[in-house]
Amino acid sequence: MLEIKNLHVYYGQIHALKGVSFVVRKGEIVTLIGGNGAGKTTTLKTISGLIPLKEGEILYQGESITGVKAHDLVSQGLVQVPEGRHVFPSMSVQENLDLGAYTRKDKKAVKEDLDKVFHLFPRLKERRQQLAGTLSGGEQQMLAMARALMSSPKLLLLDEPSMGLAPLLVREIFNIVTEINSTGVTILLVEQNANMALSIANRGYVIETGRVVLEGEAASLAANEAVKKAYLGG
Amino acid sequence: MAPLCLIKKEGVEMGLFIQQIVNGIALGSIYALIALGYTMVYGIIRLINFAHGDIYMLGAFVGYFALTTYKLPFGVSLALAMLIPALLGMLIERVAYRPLRKAPSIAVLITAIGVSLLIENLAMLWFSPDPRPFPQIFPLRPLELSGIRVSIPQVIVFITAVILMMALNFLVQKTKVGKAMRAVSQDKEAASLMGIDINRIISLTFALGSALAGAAGVMVGVIYPRIQPLMGVMPGLKAFVAAVLGGIGSIPGAMLGGLIMGLTESLVTALISSTWRDAIAFSLLIVILLVKPTGILGKSMREKV
Ligand SMILES: Nc1ncnc2c1ncn2[C@@H]1O[C@H](COP(=O)(O)OP(=O)(O)O)[C@@H](O)[C@H]1O
Ligand SMILES: [Mg+2]
Repeated sequence: MLEIKNLHVYYGQIHALKGVSFVVRKGEIVTLIGGNGAGKTTTLKTISGLIPLKEGEILYQGESITGVKAHDLVSQGLVQVPEGRHVFPSMSVQENLDLGAYTRKDKKAVKEDLDKVFHLFPRLKERRQQLAGTLSGGEQQMLAMARALMSSPKLLLLDEPSMGLAPLLVREIFNIVTEINSTGVTILLVEQNANMALSIANRGYVIETGRVVLEGEAASLAANEAVKKAYLGG
Repeated sequence: MAPLCLIKKEGVEMGLFIQQIVNGIALGSIYALIALGYTMVYGIIRLINFAHGDIYMLGAFVGYFALTTYKLPFGVSLALAMLIPALLGMLIERVAYRPLRKAPSIAVLITAIGVSLLIENLAMLWFSPDPRPFPQIFPLRPLELSGIRVSIPQVIVFITAVILMMALNFLVQKTKVGKAMRAVSQDKEAASLMGIDINRIISLTFALGSALAGAAGVMVGVIYPRIQPLMGVMPGLKAFVAAVLGGIGSIPGAMLGGLIMGLTESLVTALISSTWRDAIAFSLLIVILLVKPTGILGKSMREKV
């Protein structure tokens, strides 16, 4: 579904990604784990077309999307929930969801998706008219995910959905990620919370200072001594 | 006897006062139309488009030529005086501002001033610097309403401005493209992740703001029938002040700021002196910004993260 080949990205002089390669197959949950500043967000932004790449190639559904503009990828089903939620603070929950469906013309299917999204996140339905900026952190994360679902994603990129959330809420969010995946949406999940991420993923990649240093089945990564030491708290 | 005299005098002053309020509202709705363009552009790309006053001037000239040279009906002339400035606004954004989107703000500021001077000088070259009389399409005969005189041009200006502002409000609040405009102004990166073509929305914002300024150019011709290539400088500045006064980036703020500006100017002229008009108008800005630095309806910079 997604194939990243030898990705190099710079911020001015800073060489942020130094040859990142990985694949995500249809139907999978793949996680990209690594510490702060490893290059996870940069990877996702580059895939979404928000940052230009210096070298390498990105294939989505077998075709190169290198250089395709961010806004043109959404209608192809390549959708991202950015780090830090980035809901539109001065707009209502409903308006945020409407914007998720911005590129879609099939009104009837959009309406159905709205019902599905409210079924998945009942709390958002209660707060339809509330301004997104006044929601709690957990509710904003749910809104960001709900908004992305309104884009009708085939591949969903999630950047640290658990960031700053209480453990109970993290569990809830991860359950929802699994549920979304079970409806046929392929997922690339970026996390610092490696424990949780590996518990729901099929496979994982460990990224350090702009390079993939380890990869494998989620279970075997979770059992790996080096991974345990660096990311799983011993 | 004395008290009666006083009452009579007060009556006269009250009449004058209300008369000036009427004039101030008409003038204020013109400032509001111009201020909207400043505030919309600022809201979406944090840029003060100093060429905006000149776009208003262009609107007046397009209206002038449409009405005189081509003898078009008023409605058609007004539409053209909105359309041509809209296209010019888009062109300016595309050619002058977009390449500088990531440049330091001082470079953008200098460019904006440069664009303004360019338009003014081209206008003097093409239209000649001499003032021209704007054709009088509406009868000047005033309507008397219990002692208050409202001229028909004033009524036309006010109604047109209100219709345009209501249309803008509907567009921004209720339509899909309006939602996209608000999304881009709140968070550009998130907006592109929704599939919104940011450049298209910015372009459209310039078009809308410039169209309203163009309409204001025709409106001013209707009330003060003299136009010339530098006519945009002072009203441009004042409308900018109005936008800051109302809270730059806020659409209702621009409407309110424009109205306050027009009323202040008109009342100061009548009750104090026209020499003090601009000084007091600008002092008002300073006072309001000292009390509320973000303007009357401006949002505080603190946003929930
Ligand atoms: N806008 C930016 N300008 C300059 N450097 C940046 C920028 N964003 C990220 N970086 C740098 O790129 C590297 C990778 O950052 P990022 O992708 O955000 O890491 P992660 O998401 O894994 O925490 C870091 O060294 C970071 O400092
Ligand atoms: Mg990150």
